[in-house]
Amino acid sequence: MRRQGPLIITFITGAVIILQYFIPHRPFSDLQQLFNTWFLVIAVFALILGVGNLGKIHFERVFRRRENWPYSIVLILGFIIMFGAGIIWGIQRGTPFYYIFWNVHIPMGSTMFALLAFFVASASYRAFRARTPEATVLLISAIVVMLSRVPLGNFIWKELPLIGDWIMAYPNMAGQRAIWIGIALGVVSTSLRIILGIERTYLAGK
Amino acid sequence: MTTDIGTWIAALLTLCILSFLYKDNPFYKFAEHLFVGVSAAYWACYYIYNILIPNLYNPLFVQGQLLYIIPLALGIMMIMKLFPQPAWMSRFPLAFIVGTYAGYNFITYLQTYAIDQVRATLVRFVALESWQEFFARPGAVTFLSAIALPVVVVGVITGLVYFFFSREHKGIFGGLAKTGVWFLMIAFGASFGYTVMARISLLIGRVYFLLHNWLHII
Repeated sequence: MRRQGPLIITFITGAVIILQYFIPHRPFSDLQQLFNTWFLVIAVFALILGVGNLGKIHFERVFRRRENWPYSIVLILGFIIMFGAGIIWGIQRGTPFYYIFWNVHIPMGSTMFALLAFFVASASYRAFRARTPEATVLLISAIVVMLSRVPLGNFIWKELPLIGDWIMAYPNMAGQRAIWIGIALGVVSTSLRIILGIERTYLAGK
Repeated sequence: MTTDIGTWIAALLTLCILSFLYKDNPFYKFAEHLFVGVSAAYWACYYIYNILIPNLYNPLFVQGQLLYIIPLALGIMMIMKLFPQPAWMSRFPLAFIVGTYAGYNFITYLQTYAIDQVRATLVRFVALESWQEFFARPGAVTFLSAIALPVVVVGVITGLVYFFFSREHKGIFGGLAKTGVWFLMIAFGASFGYTVMARISLLIGRVYFLLHNWLHII
């Protein structure tokens, strides 16, 4: 029951979703809509599970006075204040939730991503040493695309932005397409293995 | 300099995170933990209001559709993962999620990323009007425009040849695979350049916020 039950559920749900694509009529279309709604609901509970796990780890760290425990208090307070504001006053514009979102979440999120600019720059210093012909191609492609996106590129050669666009639209797309077709074939075969119960790692290999 | 408290909070937190460029420090750790806590609460509230209430609370408790007891029960079983004894119960909702997701992925990837991509690649090999334009106005841009479609076809086929590992990359097959590697390198380089520019753009946005919204210097 503990092993066969989940395998049966996986097979039924996966098979219904695939069948409704080929037979978009009742009962498969109705079942697909129902499963879609349930999927969303269970995914939210998975998020709640993640939040619960996060709380569990940080409460433990505070109670056991582990390394950096004061920061765990910051995390817990940040969560409680934001969550409380959302539950009490709602999440629309003009609410305390929106105020925190706009003045705390957004600036920190975009600064975190902006910070990556520096790390990407240091990574590019290592990657851009043209040791092989392939690395040289990568280097030239990246430099042309970067220069084509700034006014300096147009200043150097007025056709450079067009060549940058061409690289993005054709050779880049060809490479990306080859990668995506490979990924798609891999995903299709893995999905089939999961639905048929051959692939069971999500059940901890049991 | 602004007197708005919200802008001050945003500016100080921005500086806390940028301080990581010097080295890991307490200001960064404070901002990092605050970000994780606030972010988790944001997404929890977002999903509660936008998914849980319209798709579970309203149908089950307002409209009385008893069928929705099933996702509620599966959701509760999912949370059981937090407790060692009944943790096995979470396998059932997990199986539902995995099965549905595998079903959707099977269809989406097969249609969008395999069949449609192959079709888009092979639908047209040569654009005669582009060659006519090239002969009328010879130049780098018109030439690139003329060879664009063959480049795509050759790039996709040779790229796929490179990913075919069931045969040794030797002879003609090896040459095709080598060409495929060059196309992949162009793709990686272009993606890298594009990502760098996106990050730089974000950084410019944050610096502009500090100098314009907070300090009113520019």
